[in-house]
Amino acid sequence: MFNNFPLWPERASSLAPGVDALYIFLVILSGFMSVLIFAFVLFFAAKYRRRPGVLAEQIEGSNALELTWSIIPMFVFLAIFVWGAALYYKMRTPPRDATEVYVVAKQWMWKFEHAEGQREINELHVPVGQNVKMIMTSQDVIHSFFVPAFRVKQDVLPGRYTITWFKATKPGTYHLFCAEYCGSQHSGMIGWIDVMEPAQYQAWLSGGTAIPAAQAGQQLFASLGCVTCHRADTQGRGPNLVGVAGKPVLLEDGRTVTADDEYIRESILNPGAKIVAGFKPIMPTFQGMVTEEQLNELVAYVKSLNQTPLNQIPKPTSVTQNNSAPSGAPQMQVQ
Amino acid sequence: MATTAVTPERANYLNAEYGVKSWLLTVDHKRIALLYLLSVTLFFFLGGFFALLIRLELLTPAGDLMQADTYNKVFTMHGIIMVFFFLIPVVPAVLGNFLMPIMIGAKDLAFPRINLLSWYLYVIGGLLILHCMLTGGVDTGWTFYPPFSTSFSNTKVVEAGLAVFVSGFSSILTGLNFIVTVHRMRAPGMTWDRLPLFVWANYATSIVMILGTPVVAITIVLVALERTLHLGIFDPKLGGDPLLFQHLFWFYSHPAVYIMILPSMGVISELITCFSRKRVFGYKFVALSSVAIAVLGFLVWAHHMFVAGMSLYAGLIFSFLSFFVAVPSAIKVFNWTATLYKGSISFTTPMLYAFGFLGLFTMGGLTGLFLAALGVDVHVTDTYFIVAHFHYIMVGGVLMGYLGGMHFWWPKISGRMYPEFWGKLSALIVFLGFNLTFFPQFILGYMGMPRRYWQYPPEFQILNVLSTAGASVLAVGYLLPMIYFVWSMRYGKPAPDNPWNAAGLEWMTSSPPPTYNFDETPVVTWEAYNYEELNKKEEVPVER
Repeated sequence: MFNNFPLWPERASSLAPGVDALYIFLVILSGFMSVLIFAFVLFFAAKYRRRPGVLAEQIEGSNALELTWSIIPMFVFLAIFVWGAALYYKMRTPPRDATEVYVVAKQWMWKFEHAEGQREINELHVPVGQNVKMIMTSQDVIHSFFVPAFRVKQDVLPGRYTITWFKATKPGTYHLFCAEYCGSQHSGMIGWIDVMEPAQYQAWLSGGTAIPAAQAGQQLFASLGCVTCHRADTQGRGPNLVGVAGKPVLLEDGRTVTADDEYIRESILNPGAKIVAGFKPIMPTFQGMVTEEQLNELVAYVKSLNQTPLNQIPKPTSVTQNNSAPSGAPQMQVQ
Repeated sequence: MATTAVTPERANYLNAEYGVKSWLLTVDHKRIALLYLLSVTLFFFLGGFFALLIRLELLTPAGDLMQADTYNKVFTMHGIIMVFFFLIPVVPAVLGNFLMPIMIGAKDLAFPRINLLSWYLYVIGGLLILHCMLTGGVDTGWTFYPPFSTSFSNTKVVEAGLAVFVSGFSSILTGLNFIVTVHRMRAPGMTWDRLPLFVWANYATSIVMILGTPVVAITIVLVALERTLHLGIFDPKLGGDPLLFQHLFWFYSHPAVYIMILPSMGVISELITCFSRKRVFGYKFVALSSVAIAVLGFLVWAHHMFVAGMSLYAGLIFSFLSFFVAVPSAIKVFNWTATLYKGSISFTTPMLYAFGFLGLFTMGGLTGLFLAALGVDVHVTDTYFIVAHFHYIMVGGVLMGYLGGMHFWWPKISGRMYPEFWGKLSALIVFLGFNLTFFPQFILGYMGMPRRYWQYPPEFQILNVLSTAGASVLAVGYLLPMIYFVWSMRYGKPAPDNPWNAAGLEWMTSSPPPTYNFDETPVVTWEAYNYEELNKKEEVPVER
């Protein structure tokens, strides 16, 4: 019944050792402090236990002691803050060379789309040693992307993107949990991260036939008519999108924003929110006309315009999608 | 005066009047405290029953005891009842209500009728939540996060929100009453630096109550409006922002933790001084640290949201501030420990509870550092680590203080002594049961078991079994005092006026006190915790 009883989570990402180090430091520090306080309490309790004829000695207090035990903890706390903040900064700053995976969470499943076009549900294949950035949104309520073995957690919100990233360091299969309560089957919203050797991963990638996300986005870009205004020259009624992604954009109201995933997403759903300088607010909203997945593909397409000229994106070879079902990985029993 | 035995005929607040009406229409703060005692105890056992259901479900990895939806309603009801109908009112409304006026030498609170109104609002809120529970329940968690609560849940969110809303006014009015009472009703000579620390703690708590509670009330109204009228406030599909809710909610609900713990800290200061026979070490630091906690407590709410999608920089600021609120808590623990130094320590039941408090609160506080540290918080937030952490503070800390205080003041409240042996046994059982229940949850959390899971992967089972075993021990520990307190009301030894030879005006009146607390208004010419004088007068040491 109790044949497996681990007391420490697997350590399978580049971030995990750093988190564990601070955690272990804190365990030692608080263990030390608890033992110290308990030792004092027990020692005093024993030494100064009530004895007939012995009166308590009245002591006012000591400003020197008060200052000591306020200031020393304060500096220790400050050190912990800096250490924790450094880790957090790293967690919240995806490396530039990361490959991107779009994640759509919904009650109660995880949907993934790789840049190469592979689609998966409740299972994500990633290569070992590669930075992977998760660009996540939710179709309904708030979920949270939590991989204990990677020490990574990020809430996934409806209506916007949140980002997290990891670099897996050890091949294996790891739990993906939803960590934000999301309704009836919250505890069933469990997936798997399959970390594979790069060669294996390549084999897995080429196994299915899939259209890269950017290419699917290009088709949508044409079929939704975006292309009529957003032309690849300066003659369009909307801004030319080539080379825009990731760059600063000057807005009509004088502000400058960075054209990140969130901005591109917002410009599709709520085009009036941030108008590019020199253009008119004439674009209609696409709210409700595109699914979260299609939105992700459009964003991927706009971002791809930085790398390849439009006409050089290879044409799709097939339109079949690779909806890989969870394969050999052990599944939790859901009743 | 210290050890005069009570003759049963002596007039007191209990025998002043009889009959249901004399209780339901009373404006005596002591009787109202007992009304609260009865009602919060009922809710405690109801909330505890739900806790037991949760632990039973988690005995096995599979969801086998109840349906997922039932489980979700059970943990929601456990949270709502324990937070809003037990932990928030328990110490201020029972012990605070009973003791604050007596401790400052007043006849009653400043607004006796408003005090009764507070209790009625609490009861109305309580009846609303019971009605909500019996007619289908609610499954959002006590945190009511939208858009789940506003657009997706099919349960009675508005009804539950209304219950919390109404009981919130009870808390606001109690806070208001306490503040005015402390400012306006102190007996001659009872200056601010002579106030018992329990009064300081309740004063600080009252500030949090009146500043924080309206915010959560407004937030709940907004949830109800979005749910019923589809105003777009929180749901992005309607043009709202779900993070706005979290900011508003935690702006109250983080300080709410201090509403719960501060009064218990006040109790601990009373217990440790009495049973060490000493003035408190660093009175001003202990008193002002309560105020510091109350103020700083308002600046750290977003540490509940480090992975919620806030900006990186907001995370940095709130983490930084959170470490600062740890300092005054640390000061208190150090001062309590230092108070023991060169004392004359006796191991009565209240003192054992105070020791238990020191142990559990220290562990709860130190694990708070893990959660304030950003990089570690990302991994452990929303897991059982955080569940363990806040139970160490809110159950370990608050309940240890409350039970310690109940034993300490029970002779004053009831006029009877509780059985000391059973008291000590209960303190021991609660301490052991508590640690067995919640310590394994720290490990579970670091291993990655998310909270609010109805079923879980099998590798988490052993720790869950330990936790459930601990919960059953804990249940015994909580039932025991309930039984022998009731028993002692009839069979307990009659209590002398000051069974502990303790400092404080409450021990200078009879047990139980007369309706207006003092036959004549006392004039205070001594500092709080004047144990030096009391120790000298101690001719008849109490045999315990």
